[in-house]
Amino acid sequence: MGNEVGTSWIRLIIGLLIVIGFSQINALFLVWLERKVAGHIQLRPGPKEVGPFGLLQTIVDGIKLIGKELITPLAADRKLFVLAPVLIFMPVLVGFLVLPFGPQLILRDMNIGVILVFAFSTFSVLAILAGGWAANNKYALLGAVRSVAQNVAYEIPLLLTVMSVVLMTNSLRFSEIVAAQGKVWFIFLQPVACLLYLICATAETNRAPFDIPEAESELVAGFHTEYSGMRFGLFFLAEYTNMFIVCAVATSLFFGGWYGPFGFDLGLPGVVWFLLKTYLLLFVIMWVRWTFPRIRFDQLMNFSWKVMIPLSLVNLIITAAVLKFV
Amino acid sequence: MAEKFPQPVVDQIYTLNLGPQHPSTHGVLRVLLDLDGEIIIKADPVIGYGHRGHEKMGENRLYKQFMPNTSRMDYLSGMIFNHGYCLAVEKLANIEVPERARYIRVICSELNRISSHLLWFGTYVMDLGGFTPFLYAFDDREQILDILDRVSGSRLTYSYCRFGGVTADIDYEFVDQTRAFLKRLRSRWPDYHNLVTKNVIFIHRTRDVGVISPQLAQEYGVTGPSLRAAGIPFDMRKIEPYEVYDRFDFEIPVGTKGDALDRYYVRMEEMEQSCRIIEQALDGLPKGPFINDEVPSSLKPPKGEVYFAFESARGQTGYYLVSDGSKYPYRCHIRVPSFGNLNVLTEVLRGTLVADAISILGSVDVVIPEIDR
Repeated sequence: MGNEVGTSWIRLIIGLLIVIGFSQINALFLVWLERKVAGHIQLRPGPKEVGPFGLLQTIVDGIKLIGKELITPLAADRKLFVLAPVLIFMPVLVGFLVLPFGPQLILRDMNIGVILVFAFSTFSVLAILAGGWAANNKYALLGAVRSVAQNVAYEIPLLLTVMSVVLMTNSLRFSEIVAAQGKVWFIFLQPVACLLYLICATAETNRAPFDIPEAESELVAGFHTEYSGMRFGLFFLAEYTNMFIVCAVATSLFFGGWYGPFGFDLGLPGVVWFLLKTYLLLFVIMWVRWTFPRIRFDQLMNFSWKVMIPLSLVNLIITAAVLKFV
Repeated sequence: MAEKFPQPVVDQIYTLNLGPQHPSTHGVLRVLLDLDGEIIIKADPVIGYGHRGHEKMGENRLYKQFMPNTSRMDYLSGMIFNHGYCLAVEKLANIEVPERARYIRVICSELNRISSHLLWFGTYVMDLGGFTPFLYAFDDREQILDILDRVSGSRLTYSYCRFGGVTADIDYEFVDQTRAFLKRLRSRWPDYHNLVTKNVIFIHRTRDVGVISPQLAQEYGVTGPSLRAAGIPFDMRKIEPYEVYDRFDFEIPVGTKGDALDRYYVRMEEMEQSCRIIEQALDGLPKGPFINDEVPSSLKPPKGEVYFAFESARGQTGYYLVSDGSKYPYRCHIRVPSFGNLNVLTEVLRGTLVADAISILGSVDVVIPEIDR
């Protein structure tokens, strides 16, 4: 008994170290990927000077950010201002605990895994509000207010779509949800839910065309206007890590997690399939960002309350009815 | 828009200082916005940050020495400003211009108009949050800058026109490059329309946003594409054809509602019409001298005054010059379109959202240095 507890603790600590390392390197890689994707969409090569294919560019940028002065505005609420960047990165790491990278590659296969991810991703709104409020800047405040309204509006349809998947598997455990998709991915059974989830996930992570909390051309930099140096860097990295998490969740909920398409795994290990699909979804989100203009704030809210929420509710009810009576 | 939102509570109004350094004010414009939440109660543009005293400078230098100043006022359509200044002085001093020079000036001015509109297209979509079309437009604009750079030696501040002609003749390569550019630009329209014009988000951001009615436009002296979008076909190239514009077959695109989307359509169509003018001018390009050699270096126009109005990329622009018979103008005044186009915003912005303000500000396409002069 004592031995088991000991190994599980060691397992957890090693796992956490891997998670922290992976999430940082992954975020740096995603920043590089985004710039490369943006470059090629915009008829230019993107970063290419530092390291092979410019791969080390983001690391160099990170070093530059660390070297910069951390400016705290005089009128700012100091404690909150310093706390916000930390607050935004903490919940992001929790998500990695339950993500099913492979059949054996789950750090903690909790029976409330799905709830845990979404419960903690809500924290990031709190951090954005704290940062925007504490900076005592009108642009930052506007960005923070927008962010809260947007996240409240988009979390409801997000959870409703997730619920329809949970109803189909009768489980909140990621491993069981993925295991149920061995033959048919849920995107084919729940196409509407999948589409709604991807839209909500884009809005949830404040990505274009829903990037109104930071709306560069309107609010300068939105909620992180006053942040400099690595504090800004933390917001930046958290955004990409958040993106990875919502895409990884989408992969496990709709795209069959570690399984290949229609049961053919082509001899590749599950973790390869999982990462492949996740990065493909990330690419789609980046592709969308560099294609569409930004939605206006009231249109965004209308879209959520008048289209997304009714649609996801109807989808949930139909799913429930079909499961009950068919 | 205003009636859609509840009435503001007075003690919740706060002032947001948009600019003078802001990503979307394109230069040094400052707009004081009184906001209730995100709704604009009052918008007050503050101008003058880029004042350089161009008009006063005009009184202290030779007529030809003022030429570089003209392209620095509206730096995006410098060629058209050079062109207009030459026409004004030529009218004042009764200078004959050879046919070939007139055609060359029209070709270069229209190329400049396209480059100005392309830049507007890119930056406007960027204001709305779409970054990619910006680089596509700049890629096309670069071709024009290369063409004009070859003939004038400069990319933005050309000073290419001279009293009685132009500094250098164009050659076959110029003609070939220009034709190739027109072909290329026309092949790009489908891309632009698929990426932006047909985009649902773009249409929602611009339709019924920032409506400038014909009455309002006339009260504030709005000219150019913003006026034509309101449905008034007012274009100096048609109303009082100068140079050789009356010889070409082109249309004046007009809108119906006067909203930001109409202004977008008008500008996109104007680029196509400019392409038509350039094509016809290249086809009918006469042979002969490119400059009137008899114009003296230090010009002394006879006593008198002249006001000459022409169509720049942003609207009706005019030079008012008074000569007292000496080498220097007695008075040099410039009427710029952006001044009226900007001031109408005090009316238009009322009751809109901050996001709309950016959209409207971008859609009227103001160039601040030409207002500040």
